[in-house]
Amino acid sequence: MKHFADLINALESTNKTNAKIDAIIDYLERAPDEDKLWFIALFTGKRPKRNINTNYMKEWALEITQLPFWLFQESYSSVGDLGETISLILPPPTEKIEKTLSEWMNEIISLKTKTDAEKKEFVLASWNGLDYTERLIFNKLLGGSFRIGVSSKTLINSLTKFSGQEASTLMHSLMGKWQPDEVSFKELISAENINPDNSKPYPFCLAYPLEKELEELGTPEEWQIEYKWDGIRGQIIRRNDEVFIWSRGEELVTEQFPEIAETIQAMKGNFVLDGEILAVHEGKVLNFNELQKRLNRKTLTKKMLSEIPIEVFCYDLLELEGNDLREKPISARRAMLEELLLNENPEKIKLSQVINFENWEDLNQIRENSREINSEGLMLKQKNSHYHSGRKKGDWWKWKISPLTIDAVLIYAQKGSGRRSAYYTDYSFAVKSGDALVTIAKAYSGLTDKEIMEVSKFVNKNAIEKFGPVRTVKAELVFEIAFEGIGFSNRHKSGVALRFPRILRWRKDKTVNDIDDIEEIKKLIQ
Amino acid sequence: MKLITFTNKGIYCPQGKFYIDPWRPVDLAVITHGHADHARWGMKKYLCHHFTKPILKKRIAEDIECQTLQYGEVLNINGVKLSLHPAGHIIGSAQIRLEYKGYVSVISGDYKVQNDGLSTPFEVVKCNEFVTESTFGLPIYNWLEVDDLNKKMQSWVLKNKENQKTSVFIGYSLGKAQRIMKAVEGLGKIHVHYSIGKLNQAFEEVGIVLPDYEIPDFRENIKHVQGEIVIVPPALLDSNVIKKIPDAATAICSGWMQVRGARRWRSADAGFPMSDHADWKGLLQAIKATEAEIVHVTHGQTEVFSKYLNEIGIKSDVVETLYGNDDDEVEKETTENPQS
Repeated sequence: MKHFADLINALESTNKTNAKIDAIIDYLERAPDEDKLWFIALFTGKRPKRNINTNYMKEWALEITQLPFWLFQESYSSVGDLGETISLILPPPTEKIEKTLSEWMNEIISLKTKTDAEKKEFVLASWNGLDYTERLIFNKLLGGSFRIGVSSKTLINSLTKFSGQEASTLMHSLMGKWQPDEVSFKELISAENINPDNSKPYPFCLAYPLEKELEELGTPEEWQIEYKWDGIRGQIIRRNDEVFIWSRGEELVTEQFPEIAETIQAMKGNFVLDGEILAVHEGKVLNFNELQKRLNRKTLTKKMLSEIPIEVFCYDLLELEGNDLREKPISARRAMLEELLLNENPEKIKLSQVINFENWEDLNQIRENSREINSEGLMLKQKNSHYHSGRKKGDWWKWKISPLTIDAVLIYAQKGSGRRSAYYTDYSFAVKSGDALVTIAKAYSGLTDKEIMEVSKFVNKNAIEKFGPVRTVKAELVFEIAFEGIGFSNRHKSGVALRFPRILRWRKDKTVNDIDDIEEIKKLIQ
Repeated sequence: MKLITFTNKGIYCPQGKFYIDPWRPVDLAVITHGHADHARWGMKKYLCHHFTKPILKKRIAEDIECQTLQYGEVLNINGVKLSLHPAGHIIGSAQIRLEYKGYVSVISGDYKVQNDGLSTPFEVVKCNEFVTESTFGLPIYNWLEVDDLNKKMQSWVLKNKENQKTSVFIGYSLGKAQRIMKAVEGLGKIHVHYSIGKLNQAFEEVGIVLPDYEIPDFRENIKHVQGEIVIVPPALLDSNVIKKIPDAATAICSGWMQVRGARRWRSADAGFPMSDHADWKGLLQAIKATEAEIVHVTHGQTEVFSKYLNEIGIKSDVVETLYGNDDDEVEKETTENPQS
């Protein structure tokens, strides 16, 4: 496992994608083929089922170290990762076990049929035969969670560089159904079992934020206007009865949206669609938060599928019966798209609505109102525009609504996990409620690393109680919180719920006396 | 009768009428070691180990009044017997032992039980009352043996050399920087930042031999450090100075680097858990060996550590002080960078 540990170490000690790719190639050059397969499997989420309950691991670690449970919890909240906490508190190893990654994986998989006592014996012996880094990796392998900061894109790029195979072909091959013990590394890389022509995606056409006055765009008749939705941009391919859904990150996400894949499968012909994947309930587009609940899950439960139904709002047609349509004007592509969808009228696959408007003035009003239907603004497309590869200024514009903002004070802070575990990164904010404070929002992002360190220092010095993961702090630091929408809510103490709250900036110029009052905030609700 | 009390100026000995590591100006300040949060300016008179004197002069002022003692030498102040004992934290660092009418208090300042090869190794001093730090007072902090850590650092430097990269270590200028120099001695030319060079002199003045080093002017062209070793203080992390170093691979040397999240957070290529503070086992070992009836925890993971001591039958409480907490190492450093 030493090579693999070196790889993990190298991947973690750089933020540079090229350095990560070099490290992966270096590993691929040294590792045996079975290990390469396992490496790819683990990094693409093909993990074996967890055979050991994490509570047992915790228990055994406490038994060995004789530490009280509360102290373990304190350590855990400082480290932010269970497997790592265990690897750090255990005494140094007295043995040295050397096994390859695939040997470890096979042993871990074979635990399935073992008794609890045998499992315990295996884990304890392994802990005692591995150094800190290897132990951490072992715990991760056991636990089945392996997030290591390598996107599948980076993995694919490395494999492309290593093997010379085309990226989309590799993505297709790797994302398919395969198991490390069923294929060889060569078969997987050479994509012997697939037809890569079927899955090949086109580069997405992207829009720039609108930077002109509407009047400068020409006449309204020259433009096709649609709502801009905040979902997952997807390219949906149906070729030779195979279906593929690519995300904008050029990852295959077909399995994440089974209902879409099934519907497309049931359609006829060959085509490539561009559209927005959205959570839609009874005709109403739901918050992105809802959609997010379904993303990147290993298994999608029936409950989840029924509670968060998905639709695609299609806005473009890139290919029809083998013909590349991208050089045709969008007006023509739109007509063909309408024909395709209106003919078959498939469930869940909808046309993106084209907005009719008389003059630019009206459009401004339409944009202002788009918040009410959970849209984040408008898309403006020149009717003669081609489907460009990537971004080209002038043909496509996105015109988003500006966020709502309030000033609120920091009252709770919690350490993050993973990379963020050393600092307080998760905050809760409050606004005035008469003379008291009431929590209004929780937010994670929006500050620079430097600011987070500064806030952490403040939290350390001003924490009111000092146990457990959450710190209550003196109400002093004021932040401007932006959000996309606001509504009444019974589940929140403040009586309101904010949509997409995020930190816009740290208002060092303001004090707690300057923050907003909940009664005023309620007036924002339409 | 209490031999020490905790006041808003610092730790005070009423019988002896002196303070230990005070943070406000007083008449007589006994100093455990030369780090800025323990040795502050404005005292009428300083009393410290004679290795610490040149550090104080370089950091505070040349004309301070400063009396020095050897380890173990006893000084009687108003009836209180005072002596200094090695704390193993940095060069000259001392635990202050106070004895009055048979009652013994020890104020340990910052300490570590590991022998770093530069500081005089930590010595156990039995006492009734022990004042301890707890910077790394969580069971996740257990240091590698000094030799093993040095080997890791050495192989990192060699790997960088192979790839024509410059090994840039980031470590606190007093204590850490000198340990890094020792660890990589002989692997290449060592270049240190001005602020480190200044403190190296303090080491050399008391007869400690450090590996050869140069002090390049980072305002000038520094292409010649390519492929060699550079050591800079933490305040320069993410600064233009580091960006100027050709083909730099950076490594942070700090106890916090024990945890993966902390390593990934900082924009460095490597992190070595090198610390001048006691690790979890070190703290417990030192405290148990003192056989103290009461242990005051002054800074670090105070609440958690003190609670644990009480649970294992060692009476303990938490005392608020202004000594460096957490990751303040970086903050301290910013006060002494005339060049950057």
